[in-house]
Amino acid sequence: MTKIKSLADLRRVKDDLQEKIRLRENADNPEKLVQIKVGMATSGIASGAKEVMSYLIEELDKRNVEAVVSQTGDMGYCYAEPTIEVILPGKEPVVFGKVTLKKADEIIEKYIKNGELVDGIIPRNYETIE
Amino acid sequence: MHLLVCGGTGCRSAESDAIVDSLNKAIADRGLENDAKVVMTGCFGFCEKGPIVKVLPDNTFYTQVTPADAEEIVAEHIYKGRRVNRLLYINPESQEHVEDSKHMGFYRKQIRIALRNCGFIDPENIEEYIARDGYSALGKVLTEMTPEEAIQSIIKSGLRGRGGGGFPTGLKWDITRKVAAEKKYVVCNADEGDPGAFMDRSILEGDPHSVIEAMAINGYCTGASYGLVYIRAEYPLAINRLKTAIGQAREYGLLGNGILGTDFSFDIELRYGAGAFVCGEETALIHSMEGMRGEPTFKPPFPSESGYLGYPTNVNNVETYANIPVIITKGPEWFASIGTEKSKGTKVFALAGKINNVGLIEVPMGTTLREVIYEIGGGIKDGKNFKAVQTGGPSGGCLTTKHLDTPIDYDNLLAAGSMMGSGGMIVMDEDDCMVSIAKFYLEFTVEESCGKCTPCRVGNKRLHEILEKITRGEGTMKDLEKLRNLGQVIKDTALCGLGQTSPNPVLSNLDNFWDEFVEHVTEKKCRAGQCKHLLRYVIEPDACVGCTACARNCPVNAITGERKKAHEINQEICIKCGACVEKCKFNAIFVR
Ligand SMILES: Cc1cc2nc3c(=O)[nH]c(=O)nc-3n(C[C@H](O)[C@H](O)[C@H](O)COP(=O)(O)O)c2cc1C
Ligand code: SF4
Repeated sequence: MTKIKSLADLRRVKDDLQEKIRLRENADNPEKLVQIKVGMATSGIASGAKEVMSYLIEELDKRNVEAVVSQTGDMGYCYAEPTIEVILPGKEPVVFGKVTLKKADEIIEKYIKNGELVDGIIPRNYETIE
Repeated sequence: MHLLVCGGTGCRSAESDAIVDSLNKAIADRGLENDAKVVMTGCFGFCEKGPIVKVLPDNTFYTQVTPADAEEIVAEHIYKGRRVNRLLYINPESQEHVEDSKHMGFYRKQIRIALRNCGFIDPENIEEYIARDGYSALGKVLTEMTPEEAIQSIIKSGLRGRGGGGFPTGLKWDITRKVAAEKKYVVCNADEGDPGAFMDRSILEGDPHSVIEAMAINGYCTGASYGLVYIRAEYPLAINRLKTAIGQAREYGLLGNGILGTDFSFDIELRYGAGAFVCGEETALIHSMEGMRGEPTFKPPFPSESGYLGYPTNVNNVETYANIPVIITKGPEWFASIGTEKSKGTKVFALAGKINNVGLIEVPMGTTLREVIYEIGGGIKDGKNFKAVQTGGPSGGCLTTKHLDTPIDYDNLLAAGSMMGSGGMIVMDEDDCMVSIAKFYLEFTVEESCGKCTPCRVGNKRLHEILEKITRGEGTMKDLEKLRNLGQVIKDTALCGLGQTSPNPVLSNLDNFWDEFVEHVTEKKCRAGQCKHLLRYVIEPDACVGCTACARNCPVNAITGERKKAHEINQEICIKCGACVEKCKFNAIFVR
């Protein structure tokens, strides 16, 4: 490591390093960010939940949406796997079923960015899936 | 995903190194290196249920993890996304699993400023500290502020010393700054000698860079280019992490000559203490660093005027330092908005004793004892009744039920007969005897008194003897009066803070638990059943069948009686060993 030579230099180094702990920073303040939970029980994984999760992580990052994507266990909607739950800051959670990559794209563009509802919302069958 | 493993002294002694290895192995076995990263951090504070593993981003909080659990955590949680329920924290009230730390009462009331990076970053990696805005306060001060401006910021923030005295930190810096001298020193007091305290150790283990950065800021403000950390040799992990951190800071040019392109130079060395309580007192500490006996000397002159080797020396506590960088980056107004009128910011406490959640907590000044004990601490162990909480260690006193709703700050604790101290908080329940507690703290001071002045050396011994007499059932009302008078004399005449505060545990207990003292003296009774000499073992004649088991097992032959007839214990001979109670199959022997 070469020495940090000025405050501006330090700030540059910080910006580069910040990525390394971004996941931790975001996890610490989930209420201020978009939170997405992907149902990853065996049935979810079989139906492609893992791909949807990777897609969401990559695309949200590319499209500059600050979000925490995490996985959760069985959400209890096996008939509609893969399912994802989206919580916009200050809003009630909304669960989407049968999420394909195309659907995920639509959810990002319409619901997450603009708050418009899209097809595929599942009525929640219990209070929270946490 | 990130898996944070607690690497504080407590959890490490319970194998957190092996947990890290096992997690890494399980991750490598499945080729998940790109999905999961294991980080060893400082203390999470929840020591009661350590070792802790926290999984992010979902904040899942696993407790009492063993290396053998690593495989399951990786296979289930990382790979399949299913929490391992059996390792989750169980809410003692509802008996339900609590899935993540955001839902734990323990964390909800806390605000983490001094502990902001503990349990969050890898303390052995300066890059994680920099990524968290580390060293930007130093950069800002060096390039954008004059020393006077920076000191004004600290004054405005209202920060007071966390080492016990509560002296305004900015003011101390200003005094040191104004003394003209060719050389000055900045010292970090990491002696931490109170029984049960581990706040400073945890900060040094979990976030050593924050202390290094703050010492450099202090150096710039006061005009010092040397820093010394006085740390007890019994803290090997903290020493190692600090050494690593100092090495990295030098490598990155954040310590050394011409820091960040300015003409400010600063470097830090460690000095080891042998673990005498009195060496935490700043003048004794300085003498100890000079290679002399760790004995206090009279103030003034204060260290700020004439300290290490006769040079002006600014001494601050570890936790005080840990607050400095954030005050500079977030601004004094932000800091001053937290806390009470005269006590700003937060305070770290080490919760111990008869409380469910033993651990390290940080709460805003002004939080009530009730909130700390019942909401964060999870209440008293085994559903017993709260009796008192000791703050301020051997210099402090006990607070009782009537103080439960008192907001905690420097002034309120003093008014209640205790003090803030460095942050030990020992909770007591109905089974604790307050005379014995006072005796315990005096034993500590008698042991730790340096012996230089008579009131402390001899006076505390006498106080201890009187307390001993009371717990043996030989005390008189006159003795209680003597305790008060002698205590006051010691307070007024001892040379240093140790002696001046050593009678506090006795005096505050006399005030708050007078009835209990009187009971010991007049009725020869200890309601908590702790004073062995005051116990009476009695055989209930109606329940005794005369089996002779007790008489045969009494080591001093204090029990007599005919076979098949009720037996009796001779109180003169009985040594209160309790052997008879254990042997009696008919529950006929009672302790009164
Ligand atoms: C007997 C005695 C023990 C002390 N022990 C400590 C200690 O372990 N750590 C500490 O920071 N201050 C301790 N102090 C207080 C120091 O003398 C000094 O006031 C403090 O380090 C100043 O730092 P602060 O203003 O940041 O609190 C002790 C004082 C006395 C009288
Ligand atoms: S008060 Fe006690 S510790 Fe302090 S100088 Fe006197 S004898 Fe030593």
